Amino acid sequence: MHNKWFYKLFLLILICGVILIVFPGFDELKTKFFKRKIEPVLGLDLRGGMQVVLQAPEGYDIDQETLKVASTILENRSNALGVSEVSFQVAGDNYIIGEFPGLENVNEVVDVIKQTGMLEFVDLGDDYFLPGTILRTDYGVSTDSYESEIEFTPSPLAIGQLDIDVDKSITGKTYHTVITGADLDSVSIAPPQSPSEGYIVLFRLKPEATELFADHTKNNTGKLLAIVLDKEVISTPVISQPIENGEGAISGSGENAFTLEDANNLRVTLFYGTLPVSLEIAESRVVGPSLGQESLEKSLLAGLIGFSIVCFFMAIYYRAPGMVAIISIIFFAMINYAIYLLIPITLTLPGVAGFLLGIGSALDANILQFERIKEELRRGLSVGQAIDLGWRRAWPSIRDSNLATIITSVILFWFGSTFGATIVKGFALTLALGVSVSLFSALIITRGILNSLIPLLKDRDKTKWFGI
Amino acid sequence: MMNILGKRYTFFAISLLLIIPGLVLIVLNGLPLSIDFLGGSLVELELNSQKTTSISEIQSLYKSIGINDAQVQTSSEQGKEILFIKSSSLEQDQYISIVSHLKENYDEHLVERRFNTVGPSISESVTQRALLAILISSIAVVLYITFSFRRVDHAFRYGVCAVIAMIHDILIVISLGAIGSQVFGWQMDSLFLTALLTVIGFSTQDKIVVFDRIRENTPILRKISFEQLVNHSIIQSLQRSINTQLMTVEFLLLSLALFGGETLREMCIILLVGLLSGTYSSIFIAAPILVVWENQEWENWFRKPHTSKV
Repeated sequence: MHNKWFYKLFLLILICGVILIVFPGFDELKTKFFKRKIEPVLGLDLRGGMQVVLQAPEGYDIDQETLKVASTILENRSNALGVSEVSFQVAGDNYIIGEFPGLENVNEVVDVIKQTGMLEFVDLGDDYFLPGTILRTDYGVSTDSYESEIEFTPSPLAIGQLDIDVDKSITGKTYHTVITGADLDSVSIAPPQSPSEGYIVLFRLKPEATELFADHTKNNTGKLLAIVLDKEVISTPVISQPIENGEGAISGSGENAFTLEDANNLRVTLFYGTLPVSLEIAESRVVGPSLGQESLEKSLLAGLIGFSIVCFFMAIYYRAPGMVAIISIIFFAMINYAIYLLIPITLTLPGVAGFLLGIGSALDANILQFERIKEELRRGLSVGQAIDLGWRRAWPSIRDSNLATIITSVILFWFGSTFGATIVKGFALTLALGVSVSLFSALIITRGILNSLIPLLKDRDKTKWFGI
Repeated sequence: MMNILGKRYTFFAISLLLIIPGLVLIVLNGLPLSIDFLGGSLVELELNSQKTTSISEIQSLYKSIGINDAQVQTSSEQGKEILFIKSSSLEQDQYISIVSHLKENYDEHLVERRFNTVGPSISESVTQRALLAILISSIAVVLYITFSFRRVDHAFRYGVCAVIAMIHDILIVISLGAIGSQVFGWQMDSLFLTALLTVIGFSTQDKIVVFDRIRENTPILRKISFEQLVNHSIIQSLQRSINTQLMTVEFLLLSLALFGGETLREMCIILLVGLLSGTYSSIFIAAPILVVWENQEWENWFRKPHTSKV
């Protein structure tokens, strides 16, 4: 009897916990306990907003670390714009997914993303280019930065003063990039050497890059080396001597001389704001809030209607066990929802599809049990025996079919997350959860309640209670 | 007792009749893939205008910004005009100029419902990876079933039959999608992919439940032939199949299709058919193929017809 008490206590705690989490109210208590607000997170397809998938250009090897840095920088930049609830997440090998609820700032956000803030040291050989020229390098030429530079510079980190009135031409030749901003170890500012000069931005390279840079400067003494930001030439110093310690300086000359502010902006862009890799928008989706709202409200209502019909049918067809199934399914739904709130899981349309399939498998687990119970009752077994045997017969099929679905959804989840396919990921996550919880609700709730009902269901009333 | 398996070739023929028209359409017209898989832009706008928008005018508007392949669809919904414009990729500023032009000329308060742009490289990898994921999960299902049916003879066959029936369901759904694209202008988009994944998940789950009955009966009913054993098992689990199908599919999805939002209607209809096919194929495809395999009936396929009924 010890086990039964344990089971009842467990169920009681679970039910209280789930009800506490699912129902609104007790906000203070919940916030205190979970250290954050407990409320449903709706995906962009349900509430409107923009999603962009950013991708590094083809043919680049980039590691997770680089992507993580890039997404943090993008998030910082967007936050600086005052766009709330922005999120950038690394997805798979070379994608970053950005999500922006609401649609007020779409254009600004797109501009911020386009601004790579990418620093390159480019080998020019003997060709000289005026500052402001757009250079074609190993990392391609970004026509986006070219255009946005002419109109306006929305990024707080942009360096407006670097624009001068030269005819911005794109070079036809592709020049070799020696090192990039990702190779910088530290960046600092030094005051002007003489009153006629501007501020200087000093940098130190990481050890590996130092070697590379030393080799290059040794072999190319007397040649030109362009310092290029977002494909635009900032300055083109001559390599006067090999630089072996990995330390260097960037300074503007003449009317391009840096003020303190310029130099500091450049420092911030280089050190905090330099994207280690240039990104392009591979996919963007904008969903108007009206479409999302409409889908959500109508689908909820429709789901409720469907569920009422299911309950009605279950009660009529299966009688007493049918009522147990309804209770079990309601708990199934509440436990699921509680988990969505706790993790938290962002609810999207594919996610809802996964949840519906989970409901399907929870219903199936109940139906499997009840059909078996009826079979045993028809063979003349007592209610107690039939419930016990019905469960034991149904269990292997419930277990195996659900496990197969869990395996499938794990594979789909892996597929969805190693790649920017958020649809598949959202579907797989709620499906796996739904199926696991359905196993639990079949095992603990339906079976538990049925077992505790055995004393109440007299054998002579079995036609009444079980509909046979 | 009902003899379902006796008519197995009739059921195979029915399935082929359902699948082939769609496949013919696909061979003729290609898959009706949306921009999610082909790349490009989709703009969906809601106008509340007195004068109707002319399709050629929108196309020339697109031409003026250098896009020559705009396809425009219009439909009306509760007195409002809905515009779907498909084209090759639009830049953000191109999109803005189109919307502002439409605002000036038609409706100041038009609602921007959707603007999706998918690059060609990403759409290509979506398709590849989706196929890969389905392939890998099929292998996993075969392995899992082989393992959990290891006490039954030829456990491997159960897994393979489940996957064959699953492919049957996929084909039914794709065929439906192709027919729907002809009749209603449907497109295979990311929601279609979601529906397909749902059908796959449901299909394997249902196969295992039906197979489980065969597994359970195998040691008990030793005296009857395999064909009778399978037939018996199907009949025993028939009530469950019907009820589960009614609950999950007909009730929930039908009400979603009838009362849910416009956006989900297409997906719900595909799910309805796909999940129905999932239950159908457990009984009329997967289990019969097990029997065909057990009897090695293909040896009789090309002989005279009357010998095949041994």
